[in-house]
Amino acid sequence: MIKSVFSKLKKGLGRTRESFVGQLRSLLTGRKLDEALIGELEQRLIESDVGVQATARLIDGVRTDFRAGKLTKGEDVLDYLKRELKSMWPHADRALHLAEQGPTVILVTGVNGVGKTTSIAKLCGAMRDEGKTVMLGACDTFRAGAVRQLEIWAERLGVEVVKGMQGGDPAAVAFDACAAAKARGVDVLILDTAGRLHTQDPLMRQLSKLRSVVAKQIEGAPHEVLLVLDATSGQNALRQAEEFGKSAGVTGIFLSKLDGTAKGGIVIAVRESCDLPVKFVGVGETPADVQPFDPDQFIDAMFAEDE
Amino acid sequence: MFDRLSEGFNSAIRKLSGQGTITEANVREAMAEVRTALLEADVNLKVVDQFCEQVIADAAGAEVTKSLKPGQEMIGIVHRRLVDLLGDGRTEDGQPTPPPGIMKVSPGPTIIMMSGLQGSGKTTTCGKLAAYLKKRGRSVMLAAADLQRPAAVEQLNIIADQANTDMPGGAQVHFYGEPEKCAEYGKAVGVAVAVCQSALKEARRLGVDVLILDTAGRLHVNDELMGELHGVRRALNPHHIFLVVDAMTGQDAVNSAKIFHEKLEVDGIILTKFDSDTRGGAALSVKEVTGAPIRYIGIGEKLDALEEFHADRMAGRILGMGDVVSLVEKAQEEVSEAEAEAMQAKMAKGEMTMEDFLKQLRTLRRMGPMKQILGLLPGLGPMLKDANVDEGMFDKTEAMIQSMTPQERKSPKVINPSRRRRIAQGSGTETNDVGQLVKQFSAISKVSKQMAGMNAKSKVEAVKEMQRSGGMDGMMPGLGGFGGKGSTKSKSPKTKSRRKKSR
Ligand SMILES: Nc1nc2c(ncn2[C@@H]2O[C@H](COP(=O)(O)OP(=O)(O)O)[C@@H](O)[C@H]2O)c(=O)[nH]1
Ligand SMILES: Nc1nc2c(ncn2[C@@H]2O[C@H](COP(=O)(O)OP(=O)(O)O)[C@@H](O)[C@H]2O)c(=O)[nH]1
Ligand SMILES: [Mg+2]
Ligand SMILES: [Mg+2]
Repeated sequence: MIKSVFSKLKKGLGRTRESFVGQLRSLLTGRKLDEALIGELEQRLIESDVGVQATARLIDGVRTDFRAGKLTKGEDVLDYLKRELKSMWPHADRALHLAEQGPTVILVTGVNGVGKTTSIAKLCGAMRDEGKTVMLGACDTFRAGAVRQLEIWAERLGVEVVKGMQGGDPAAVAFDACAAAKARGVDVLILDTAGRLHTQDPLMRQLSKLRSVVAKQIEGAPHEVLLVLDATSGQNALRQAEEFGKSAGVTGIFLSKLDGTAKGGIVIAVRESCDLPVKFVGVGETPADVQPFDPDQFIDAMFAEDE
Repeated sequence: MFDRLSEGFNSAIRKLSGQGTITEANVREAMAEVRTALLEADVNLKVVDQFCEQVIADAAGAEVTKSLKPGQEMIGIVHRRLVDLLGDGRTEDGQPTPPPGIMKVSPGPTIIMMSGLQGSGKTTTCGKLAAYLKKRGRSVMLAAADLQRPAAVEQLNIIADQANTDMPGGAQVHFYGEPEKCAEYGKAVGVAVAVCQSALKEARRLGVDVLILDTAGRLHVNDELMGELHGVRRALNPHHIFLVVDAMTGQDAVNSAKIFHEKLEVDGIILTKFDSDTRGGAALSVKEVTGAPIRYIGIGEKLDALEEFHADRMAGRILGMGDVVSLVEKAQEEVSEAEAEAMQAKMAKGEMTMEDFLKQLRTLRRMGPMKQILGLLPGLGPMLKDANVDEGMFDKTEAMIQSMTPQERKSPKVINPSRRRRIAQGSGTETNDVGQLVKQFSAISKVSKQMAGMNAKSKVEAVKEMQRSGGMDGMMPGLGGFGGKGSTKSKSPKTKSRRKKSR
């Protein structure tokens, strides 16, 4: 199981390895460390969406150790980066929080087009496979065809979906979904929401409202608020994490489209600037394309040798 | 949208202007600051370094250091270099790029193919382009060639209907789709070609002017799916191939755009989600990296939220200089000169009614999202950065006026407490809101009557006076104390109150 997860992640990260670590490898292997090489390394990190802040910290570390004589050749730097990156993820809790009894409610949010609905299908499939009963709530009443999209996933996965009127109040759908989840005694209720920009205050307030409706209906709910971040996005993802964190009480990140980004550096940038754990990564468009995020594995996969 | 970037530029230039004598070292130092701002904005690293070096060289060449107004001179240089980056008006082979627009061909239809990564905004942009063309009197067919993403066909169908019924303009928007051809991921590859061919046949039969093909999102590294786009291109030979790129994308996504361009030879890029607080990295890199010009930008989820892209105007916006040309163009699209004159005359006589007010409000809103419109005013962009323009308040105002009787609309003076309650009930608002609206309306009609006879300078004074007296506050409710008093961040308590539909 672990093995298959690992190789799949490696496959998903294929592009990442080619460009990010592959490039780092060819840059660093067999070279003596000097200021020029450190400069080149800095460029590669920036180009990998690692962000100005995290890059500066990593480079400062390399430089200090270089001057202290602890790092002398390119290979040392590879080891150093691997160690340093792994230490950025102390053993935080990355499991999904489930309710002790009654339905667990998972609220899924994010900006437009990041992959919220698809990620829900992935979570739904994974939990259904674990033998849990899952129900979906179609609280994206705004985007054309959004409800139908969720319904199609529900049909394919064989779960129930609660929906409301197009253009209706998403909080009302959330209310109905909670009631239905309780009545039907399902284990997990996942709520889909409309994409919104973190700069749109009224929509962010609508999200807070939806949250409080859910909290009134089911004790301890929402048990998880997952923010979907698109791995191809730039440093803007940091602002998204910050603002959604404030308005929606985000408990974890679902990092989608990791199969698409050539460099997974945004994971590092996000980690550098906020405490939210990445809980899952999405690596494709089907429900099977999901992995729990394991930083050690993730970094090993990034640094793995080509087969 | 470019707030932080503008800040970076402006602070660097301010520092330079503040210095008595400017040395090349000063310029370098200032550009170092700009460099960080650009990198934090996700501008491609190579583009950043090249840009900074060019500006420094230009500054040396222009002898900025000896100039009397070094700040002004620097702005000029940076502006020119930004225009170069955003699109210097030349294609890769040195030909001048035609201005944005969809070509007319005979026999029709003009064929447009969309392409791009998953979730970048292709389908929404199809609808926006349809609305854009409809407004210009050209009929459109939207064809659903995304057979992969669940409900993508239905999404486009709904959008086509919306464009056809809700958007202004005299032409029809048709839809073509074959939902029964949809399949699970990877199982419908290649089917899109046949669907597009049937769509073209249907478009010819109906004689539509423009056929727009919506395609499934795909990774530039997915050869199978890229092959599908090639297939469509070979079969239909589109007149325009647009690449839709999310403006919030990072360093890598610009490279993916490059590969799209290499594989497909796109002839233009449409940048979406420009209404976000993206710092403009993609906008500044994508032309330079791919060589394809930016043609349109998407500035919201609704179908009217599309703008033509002009490099020089965008450079102005990045530098916080506003974009009055675009503002005037938008206004001209919505109001004819005769209409404008008639309205002016009415206002001068103090005969403006709630009906007129409603009409004006709607016209203004048709021009695009309010924050975007206000941001085009010189100097306002940076001020609006944190301002909270609540479109919901405008919905509310419209709802209130619609709940008024013709008599009430004509002379709002008759609105007594019981009428106020009725209007509030009818529009789902509070009686206070109705009272506010009536008060603001009378303030505005008074001022506009006074202004009719004034010269420009006194007009500005009059508006300022009205702001001081609070008359404007409610008209631009979401803006808080915008312009007149205090910080743009403050929100009136009213803004926080309940509202019906805020989208
Ligand atoms: N390659 C890839 N595409 C994805 C992934 N997750 C979602 N997508 C695609 O991204 C697009 C938008 O996804 P959707 O779930 O509708 O986004 P939403 O608007 O946030 O709900 C769709 O075409 C999905 O198939 C992923 O992990 N990898
Ligand atoms: N804020 C904003 N959202 C947009 C814009 N263009 C598209 N969207 C949203 O982005 C999401 C994905 O759009 P869609 O057209 O389905 O993308 P596609 O997968 O490329 O066809 C939807 O939620 C759209 O409403 C834009 O210019 N601004
Ligand atoms: Mg969705
Ligand atoms: Mg689409």
